[in-house]
Amino acid sequence: MERPLIEIQNVSKSYRRDALEIPVLKNITLSVREGEFLAFMGPSGSGKTTLLNLIAGIDKPTEGQILVAGTDVTELNETELALWRSRHVGFIFQFYNLIPVLTALENVELPLILTPLSRNERRAHAQTALSVVGLADRLDHYPRQLSGGQEQRVAIARAIVTDPTILVADEPTGDLDKVSAEEVLALMERLNRELNKTILMVTHDPRAAERASSVRHLDKGELA
Amino acid sequence: MLELLNLLLRNTLRHKLRGFLTVLGIGVAVMAFALLRTVVTAWHAGVEASAANRLITRHAVSFVFPLPLAYRDRIAQVPGVNKVTYAMWFSGVYIDKNQFFARLAVDSNTFFDVYPEFLIEPEQFESFKRERNAAIIGVEIARRYNLKLGDIMLLEGDVYPGQWEFVVRGIYQPRDQTTDPATMMFHFKYVEERVRQEAPDRAGQVGWYIVRIANSDDAAPVSEAIDKLFENSRAETKTETERAFQQNFLSAASAVITAMNIMSFVIIGIILLVLGNTMIMSARERTHEYAVLKVLGFTGAKLFSLIAGESLILSILGSAVGLLGTLPAVAGFQKALPKGWFPVFYVKPGTIFFASISGLLIGLAASLIPVRRILSTRIVEGLRHIG
Repeated sequence: MERPLIEIQNVSKSYRRDALEIPVLKNITLSVREGEFLAFMGPSGSGKTTLLNLIAGIDKPTEGQILVAGTDVTELNETELALWRSRHVGFIFQFYNLIPVLTALENVELPLILTPLSRNERRAHAQTALSVVGLADRLDHYPRQLSGGQEQRVAIARAIVTDPTILVADEPTGDLDKVSAEEVLALMERLNRELNKTILMVTHDPRAAERASSVRHLDKGELA
Repeated sequence: MLELLNLLLRNTLRHKLRGFLTVLGIGVAVMAFALLRTVVTAWHAGVEASAANRLITRHAVSFVFPLPLAYRDRIAQVPGVNKVTYAMWFSGVYIDKNQFFARLAVDSNTFFDVYPEFLIEPEQFESFKRERNAAIIGVEIARRYNLKLGDIMLLEGDVYPGQWEFVVRGIYQPRDQTTDPATMMFHFKYVEERVRQEAPDRAGQVGWYIVRIANSDDAAPVSEAIDKLFENSRAETKTETERAFQQNFLSAASAVITAMNIMSFVIIGIILLVLGNTMIMSARERTHEYAVLKVLGFTGAKLFSLIAGESLILSILGSAVGLLGTLPAVAGFQKALPKGWFPVFYVKPGTIFFASISGLLIGLAASLIPVRRILSTRIVEGLRHIG
């Protein structure tokens, strides 16, 4: 039987606020296959984003093990994690988080700075990624010159430009109007279907979740 | 690398007014630092110009008391002494009391042998030696009063009353940057002749002796030997190295110089605060962006180079503005001072070097707190941060 791409075993996460220990995730065990488009749903505070952050290696669990493509990300130190993220994770944020002083092309090129690619190769990759998201004519536009939907597509191009192992999206349509949200979801669906990208998405929106191949619900830090 | 440089340049220019004011603030502070250091240098110019093989023999009680001319031959016989000359502070007024430069009556046969840093054309020197009331002036005096060879300089005597007329027969060039370019020197004999007639009780006296020694390592024993010669006499002597002699002049102003030294380093602290404040503000505003960069895989070293690079750009620009402004500021400062206040007034290369190095170190130091904050902020906290 094929080994899952992501294996989450007995993961718990709690935050300490003063003397208080606040549990956010409780004993989560989950597997994700390669090429799966998984949506996490649940009420606010249910731990969706925390779980996504743990899988993406931007936070560490209090307990448990997270294996992504065979690497136990909980064992990596900060520098190793940074390098690991640059190679294996593409992150799509709710509020796009583009760097305002860089053009669309430069924003997409940003993760490639960390790779050994030449300047021309980086440019070519970034242009391709922007073409994939339909923004080949917006290379030199700054984020302030783009609509919300276009900004999110640039963010998706930035997430896919390094050809990461997984794409993680935290409420990718949360700040978009209906039309733009539809475009972004269609794009993610296409990335999953045509490029076999493994996508993990946190969403409140049932219509967004419908695009995923599977949906898991979280409630009070536990998988339903 | 280029992309990283591009990002840090864009970040630097993100708040143009703040960046401009920071650069200007650093520039003004660097200029003030360089100006203060230049003033301190000017105070020390006499000390800097001192030769290791020159001793000064003066009256033991005070520099203002003269010494008998007869001491010259006895000093010359002390073992280790190579040459002896003497000088006398003439003072006097040229044009008006605000025109200040040193006026010395010197032994024209020996003085310029002991002071080779005054560079004079041989024919001018010969012409000077031939004429009783001839004078040699520094190039700065010639420039300041538009004097040329053959011009007459009239001095109104105060220490030696009366009208004194001198003919400019030589204009010397300073050999070193620390050599006073504004000294007027004339024949001791000329002054002595008139003093003998008008105030015979003051005749046969010189201000101080300048002793050139064969070996600068022998300064202490030779000084001791000279002073021993005149022990228990009517005019006991105090002999010391030229450097120590010059430093005695500075001792009166030592509190002011110390204050200026402290101030110049306080200014370094001010630059650090100005830049540190800007960098802390910038980094705090961009906490969210730095968190995004961390998510993208930027390591601590890369973030350090982004923040420290921005800080360095501001400090280097500020230092450059300050140093560019220093030269006109120094010229303006010198112009504002009474003429001749600081005969040697120039920006030392060491001052420029020190200001530049300080700028670089401050650039790095100012980035330490913001770098530490950014690196210690967890990504999830950074992503929640609203700048």
